[in-house]
Amino acid sequence: MIKYAYYPGCSLESTNKAYDISFRAIMYHLGIAMKDIDDWNCCGATAYISLSENMAFTVSARNLAIAEKSGATDVIAPCAACYLTLRKAHEYMMEYPEIYAQVNSALNKIGLSYEGTIKVKSPLEVIIDDVGLDKVRIAVTNPLKGLKVACYYGCQLVRPRHVFDDPEEPVKFEELMKTIGADPVYFPFRVRCCGSSTILTYEQQALRMSKNVLLSAKREGADIIATACPLCQINLDAYQRRIEKEFKIKLNMPVVFFSQLVGLALNYKYKEMALDKSIVSPKKVLEPYLHSQEEVKEGK
Amino acid sequence: MSREDEKNSINMLEEGIYISPKFEKDLLPEFELSREFFEEIYSMPGGEKVKECIQCGTCSGSCPSSYLMDHSPRQIFAMIRAGMRKEVLESNTMWYCTSCYYCYVRCPAGIKITDVMYALKRFALKDKDMKVPDNRPVRFMECFSAMVKRYGRNCEAIFTILYYLSTNPFRMLKHAVMGIKLFIRGRMPLIPKKIKGADDVKKLMEYVEEMER
Repeated sequence: MIKYAYYPGCSLESTNKAYDISFRAIMYHLGIAMKDIDDWNCCGATAYISLSENMAFTVSARNLAIAEKSGATDVIAPCAACYLTLRKAHEYMMEYPEIYAQVNSALNKIGLSYEGTIKVKSPLEVIIDDVGLDKVRIAVTNPLKGLKVACYYGCQLVRPRHVFDDPEEPVKFEELMKTIGADPVYFPFRVRCCGSSTILTYEQQALRMSKNVLLSAKREGADIIATACPLCQINLDAYQRRIEKEFKIKLNMPVVFFSQLVGLALNYKYKEMALDKSIVSPKKVLEPYLHSQEEVKEGK
Repeated sequence: MSREDEKNSINMLEEGIYISPKFEKDLLPEFELSREFFEEIYSMPGGEKVKECIQCGTCSGSCPSSYLMDHSPRQIFAMIRAGMRKEVLESNTMWYCTSCYYCYVRCPAGIKITDVMYALKRFALKDKDMKVPDNRPVRFMECFSAMVKRYGRNCEAIFTILYYLSTNPFRMLKHAVMGIKLFIRGRMPLIPKKIKGADDVKKLMEYVEEMER
């Protein structure tokens, strides 16, 4: 039986396919089997909980119930918003019996029920805590030596509870980057918010928040920002040109997923890690590591 | 404090609290305050902690958008406890919350501030007498749940287009270049996929809606 159930989430299906592709590849490479949750549905993110708390928990719990039924014990949710929403549904069901009863009465209507055996995990948690950094270190064949990576956690990955790492001073992401040979850069805005979905409702506010993150990383001399959240990637990457125009600054800061960098260190190719899908191209920054890749190939 | 001041302040205490005429117009008559409102917040999961707010202002200081709010989070908690229902529910405070959970982890009283903000949004939407200051976040949520009700998942491209059409279609033009760039890179699939259990999801959502009515 496969321990890990995989919950890609809506954003990994469309705007952030790169995260999906690269994460699946590195999990395969590290020898961790995972199975997609059969016919999963949207977790509701922050939208449902503002309409109805019960609706948010019920819709999320359908995924947990299906995963539980399939015999999995852990659910991997790469999107930070999905990760938080699913985990919150689970935690609130366990903490408040009335929520547990309400959600299950709704699930029973469609022939499902959720007992509460699932642990929701983020990819970083699985790779760092479950797989272990030693195993990653052995697998690295193309260390990203000298690459200055700003590790951007964002908000929903480490908050609101101390589960995977400290909510304000996390360290594990940096450790993973050190393991693949890169040089993590500490920057003050690494656990600050990028503005998330307010980019659609209050654009100016969100642009300002994203600008702060980008500028902060730039000032600390980072070559590239690595993130583990699809919303952060979209805001920092796709809106970067708008930010440059709006605030009259020059950024040119590539933003990629941590899994893409790990994949590169595991000697996957640039295109295989879907690095060409970024709007601000990381090609120039990653050039040295692509070159050594080809040399290895020729040497063989 | 000089002896004179001390005397004055004692006198003031004896006479009752002095309110300068400048602020008198801001005072609410008692009949406009609502005890039920506080009870409502108090009865939500984790809501009992609202009583323990010490008005330290850590939430307002940590909030990335408090500078845009009518009332900062700290003020909102004071207002909730005072029972200023209308002022709280018609403010823009909760609509600017990005759910970054900074206040939540820092609150020394352990109040689940982000959850309270969600609750305030729900109360404001439920009460038809309350004027929501901006309809954009409401449209955002409506479009989102319409997508999921229909397809079971959210197709981001269609959702964004729907949202802009229902608020300000001209703003879509601003994002056209970005949309095309995303499309070229295969990041904007325009055809939503319907999941097998879409009807189940719809049934779930309607069941909950029915229950809460």
